[in-house]
Amino acid sequence: MDKSQNNRAWFLVLPVLVLVAFSAVIPLMTVVNYSVQDTFGNNAFFWAGLEWFEEIITSERIHAALGRQVLFTAIILAIQVPLGIFVALHMPKKGFWASLCLILMAMPLLIPFNVVGTIWQIFGRVDIGLLGRVLTALGFDYNYTSDWLDAWATVIVMDVWHWTSLVALLCYAGLQSIPEAYYQAAKIDQASRWAVFRHIELPKMRGVLLIAVLLRFMDSFMIYTEPFVVTGGGPGNATTFLSIDLVKMAIGQFDLGPAAAFSIIYFLVILLISWVFYTVMTNLDRETK
Amino acid sequence: MAEITLSKLAHSYFAKPRGEADFALKEMDHVWQDGGAYALLGASGCGKTTLLNIISGLVTPSQGRVLFGGRDVTRAPTAERNIAQVFQFPVVYDTMTVRENLAFPLKNRGRDAAYVARRVDQIAKMIGMESALDRRAQGLTADAKQKISLGRGMVREDVNAILFDEPLTVIDPHMKWELRTQLKQLHREFGHTMIYVTHDQTEALTFADKVVVMHEGRVVQTGTPEELFETPEHTFVGYFIGSPGMNLFDAEVQGETARVNGIDVPLGAAYPALRGRVQIGIRPEFVSLAAEGLPVTVTRVEDVGRHRILRAEAFGRPVNLLLPEGEAAATGQTRLRLAPEKINVYADDWRVKPLGQQRGA
Repeated sequence: MDKSQNNRAWFLVLPVLVLVAFSAVIPLMTVVNYSVQDTFGNNAFFWAGLEWFEEIITSERIHAALGRQVLFTAIILAIQVPLGIFVALHMPKKGFWASLCLILMAMPLLIPFNVVGTIWQIFGRVDIGLLGRVLTALGFDYNYTSDWLDAWATVIVMDVWHWTSLVALLCYAGLQSIPEAYYQAAKIDQASRWAVFRHIELPKMRGVLLIAVLLRFMDSFMIYTEPFVVTGGGPGNATTFLSIDLVKMAIGQFDLGPAAAFSIIYFLVILLISWVFYTVMTNLDRETK
Repeated sequence: MAEITLSKLAHSYFAKPRGEADFALKEMDHVWQDGGAYALLGASGCGKTTLLNIISGLVTPSQGRVLFGGRDVTRAPTAERNIAQVFQFPVVYDTMTVRENLAFPLKNRGRDAAYVARRVDQIAKMIGMESALDRRAQGLTADAKQKISLGRGMVREDVNAILFDEPLTVIDPHMKWELRTQLKQLHREFGHTMIYVTHDQTEALTFADKVVVMHEGRVVQTGTPEELFETPEHTFVGYFIGSPGMNLFDAEVQGETARVNGIDVPLGAAYPALRGRVQIGIRPEFVSLAAEGLPVTVTRVEDVGRHRILRAEAFGRPVNLLLPEGEAAATGQTRLRLAPEKINVYADDWRVKPLGQQRGA
């Protein structure tokens, strides 16, 4: 087993290095740059140290946005993961109806985010929207522009409509990989429906579920476009999630320093929570081994 | 435990079968006696697995009925039939330990913990996995997993029947022999009805009291290994059982004589006038070299250990015979004697009973 050593092989990595540098590292560095400097205009910057980070970490406004964000993501995961599994379990396994279901399920995923927002913005309006008018006609005092609970409900239902398909399709793929013999053996062993789910279907879905939870966590934690189009973060700050707040800070108030510090913390929080999810779920898998 | 009766049973995987060719199982009547050890033997794709799945309720037959001790269970779900089945490839519950896997069918039936523990220990001993009981089933090798599947099949004592669908395919040869012995012992101890599907004749003949041979969706013969050897009811049985299979010659049969390409061959009994394609069949064990008889050309001699097979050609068709120990192998042109009382006569592949045996036999 003689492996020849040739250090010139490192040159093969160079193109990727350059690409990553220009697409990720250098832009990120400009953010880092802003986060440690202050300016009074005229393109003159001076060193601010960790001032902006301290400001962001102690800011009550950011704390409130973070709280809303965590609540929103928790609700989204609590609805979409079980619902997605439920839908996947009840989809036809083959034939015409399976294909039709797959197409219908994939549709919401193909619609651009701002279009989704616009659809629901109009759908929920009490003057012309179908949903708004039906709810009003049924006697509900529904108005997502003035009532924070209505705004939350609308944004959550919209996200469930938009993204549950993703969880369902991933689970469906996991379920399709289970050989028929497993179901037959379970019937022979007189297993209950719950036992089939618990001991056959769930273990086979574990891998795709990990991916589904991670994707849904990251996406919902960074959600911007849809709630921005529907509620604009309101009423008041009721649906101002982290991204919306960040954009307000960076572009609305042009506070580049704090916004840059905010971005970096935001990024690290997502990285940290994703890592925690991943570690916990892979460890769960190993423990039961 | 119960006698299993298949009545006018037929199955097609097509919703609207058009003619017999669409049926995976042709119409059949068959009784599996309570406590019998059966082997279901046949080539791949002959409908063995379909038949098994119908008995266990995994497949609902398109026609006919399945009766367990007189009770019609044709439409009853698998769980209600209380039947055990082991599949060709291992099925284990990955997240459970070996112990939990073995206990699973008993737990589902709500047996008490002490009984479950005792029974699991017995089965673990039987499949030789006592030391691995607390390991997770996921990381085990294919043959260990198959042993677990076998164990799960045997763990319930009150099942109506245990069905084995080529269960030893993935097991290594030594373990195969041992497990087969265990199965036989289990059968003797508990007297479960056992149906063992295989396409390996050695496996079938060593396991079973009765062998059921299937061919193209039909049961062509049910009998003891001796019966299958001595009087194959169908040319397929002659060809499939025995190594090498039965020799067949096209012939004209008149009374006690068969004419094979102009050569008279004496038969052990008289036969009625026959229609269709008439053949005579004889096992290689009952063919010997002689001064008179069928002229053949020897092509080669094979030493297969226990005996030698002489391969020859008669009128362009292969003929085999087993050489007795010590007998010199012939070369070139020679003649063969067919023991008359061992010759069977076939019309359109089905055995014809000689005159005098027609009634009552």
